[in-house]
Amino acid sequence: MSADVSQEKITLGTITMAHGSGGKAMEELIRTVFVEAFNSNHDNPQLASLEDQARFDLAALQQQGNRLAFTTDSYVVDPLFFPGGDIGKLAVTGTVNDLAMGGAKPLYLSCGFIIEEGLPIDTLKKVVRSMQQTAVEAGVSIVTGDTKVVHKGSCDKLFINTAGVGVIAEGVNISAHNAQAGDAIIINGYLGDHGAAIVDARGDLALQNTIESDCQPLNDLVQAMLAVCPDIHCLRDATRGGLATVLNEFAQASNCSMQVDETKLPIRDEVRGMCEILGLDPLYLANEGKLVAVVPAAAAEKLIAVMQNHRAGRHSTIIGQVKALSKPVSKPSVLMTTGFGSQRIVDRLVGEQLPRIC
Amino acid sequence: MKYVDEFRDPDTARKLVQQIQRLTDSIMAKRAEAGYTMPLQLMEFCGGHTHTIFRYGIEQLLPDTIELVHGPGCPVCVLPRGRVDDAVALASRPEVIFTTFGDAMRVPGSQKSLLQAKADGADIRMVYSPLDALKLAKENPEREVIFFALGFETTMPSTALTLLQAERQGITNFSLFCNHITTVPTIDAILGDPDMILDGFLAPGHVSMVIGEEPFQFVAKEFHKPLVITGFEPLDILQSLTMVLLQINEGRTEVENQYKRVVQKQGNSPGQQAIETVFEIRDFFELRGLGSVDHSGVRIRDAYARYDAERKFPLSLTGGGITVTDPAGCQCGDVLKGLIRPWQCTQFGEQCTPQTPMGALMVSSEGACAAYYQYSDVQELKLKRSHQKESVSA
Repeated sequence: MSADVSQEKITLGTITMAHGSGGKAMEELIRTVFVEAFNSNHDNPQLASLEDQARFDLAALQQQGNRLAFTTDSYVVDPLFFPGGDIGKLAVTGTVNDLAMGGAKPLYLSCGFIIEEGLPIDTLKKVVRSMQQTAVEAGVSIVTGDTKVVHKGSCDKLFINTAGVGVIAEGVNISAHNAQAGDAIIINGYLGDHGAAIVDARGDLALQNTIESDCQPLNDLVQAMLAVCPDIHCLRDATRGGLATVLNEFAQASNCSMQVDETKLPIRDEVRGMCEILGLDPLYLANEGKLVAVVPAAAAEKLIAVMQNHRAGRHSTIIGQVKALSKPVSKPSVLMTTGFGSQRIVDRLVGEQLPRIC
Repeated sequence: MKYVDEFRDPDTARKLVQQIQRLTDSIMAKRAEAGYTMPLQLMEFCGGHTHTIFRYGIEQLLPDTIELVHGPGCPVCVLPRGRVDDAVALASRPEVIFTTFGDAMRVPGSQKSLLQAKADGADIRMVYSPLDALKLAKENPEREVIFFALGFETTMPSTALTLLQAERQGITNFSLFCNHITTVPTIDAILGDPDMILDGFLAPGHVSMVIGEEPFQFVAKEFHKPLVITGFEPLDILQSLTMVLLQINEGRTEVENQYKRVVQKQGNSPGQQAIETVFEIRDFFELRGLGSVDHSGVRIRDAYARYDAERKFPLSLTGGGITVTDPAGCQCGDVLKGLIRPWQCTQFGEQCTPQTPMGALMVSSEGACAAYYQYSDVQELKLKRSHQKESVSA
């Protein structure tokens, strides 16, 4: 008898195929887990109406800008919870930041969940609550969603997709194509914390570390930056592939050379130490709360002051300069002056340094 | 960062570079008097050194009269295709969990790499040490866990000790696919190659930590080349180059140890003992690029045959060291021997790139070709190659 009861409890407490069947179990899951969290402040009418789609008032959007930005991203990080964040926080910040990097003010997010049967409902609730908390922090609403449950082994615990829309104010024109010779290259803080935290959280190495992911929304920081420098040339968050990848993208798109100074790169000792042990390069480590900005040199100091005053940019610093192409490096590339006094090319990464980091 | 930054100090580097310049000038002046103007050819044997040289741009700090020859000391790079084929065959057995260090995953076999085999369904897992593999064996008693044992003497003790631990713990579903190779016969083969003109060696620091200084004496005594056991930080490399050049300038040929903070004269005897207990020298083993080299590999002794994947699962392809030739056009061998620079290979940056490596030197981050590709302007190098070709044909 007691065995039966505990069996029933486990069944109640875990996701089963029934939760994806479209029936009662699914309806209850949506109501008690998703709507409960995403409308916890009763300020999410689009979601609360439980229609198949969220609907927006165009006139209201037009008051905030003249272009819509639209993006999507999927999240498969392993483990689901790591120091400094979890897959839910990541799923919101990732999409919010992708919108913010175009200078957009992020407004609405959708979410799609692919859940492996057997996932504890408590785990799902924790993730969903974290999503809502991050959404509130970023000032966005999660207004529509979808749930699928797949057989054990068909996915690993939980995958999330989010898409988002935002509005770009008139006059803002940020693009990877806009870097100009003489521009300053800025980063908003320590590099590689997310990638290092994930390696650490997997526990394969049993390192005694305190590295936390830098996972954070950057939209408010970007708005603060635009307020003092509406003419930001390029902006991208340095996620997978890290700083090196973003700088290579800028160099290629703008047909220029991005020159950085290794001694100016903000990297925590713990992260450098881990990279030394594992043979990883912090330039390629993933970040989830770091942006790389290319800005007119004249605005750089002013921007740094504003960024350092912002919670998401305390350790902002200028790391280099954009140069026109010339010998010896005649193709678009990233050139680093090493702390050792020599110069080397920083190419794009081949393959993955680490799998499933976001 | 403490204990690391001290070995990357730019001021010390500048002083060492000045000293290297002075010594090279002196040596070249003497050579000119003797009517001999070839640049100095110094080989860093170890892939770890190659990586440091590129990561810190050391070559561009050196005078043009020094050419660094990037040796075959990257165990992943010299892994022959036939052995990769065998690894894929083992990994594809349904009962097997095949464990490997990450950098061996992308080495191309004649059919596929381990990475492709994994995508095709083989259960292949990346580990950081053989002990992780042994742990997997304990956790999966119904499966056979095979560890892809790779590397020179540096990694042999940890493989050997893991095997001994498996025996002590009575674990029977664990075996090694042994591809360990030995440093000294490999260096011997390089020095014995009539094509190679080397003026000095930087010897591998981590290998020496295990085997000590003595095994390198033949380089100084028989081949009359200076050799310096070298650490892996950029200042280690510069200091060792200085030491080699000093020897050349003074007409000495000795084994010197720059890496004294790690390497003891007699090496590490528990490590040597573990190797001796578990492994015996193979008559010959194939190294990619160098071909079959006598005594260059080890195998598991008969007493531990039950931990030898080669004997547990008889392999059809290369169990006896049968060569599977490199793809046509691949010049890894010439690069490994220092006969051409990586960018002089006609496939470099064309058919052979880190995304689609033809040869192993393009795979590992310690491979000379991958290092050139990663840290240089590839278009410039290709241009340089075509200019060279033109001037040759003109």
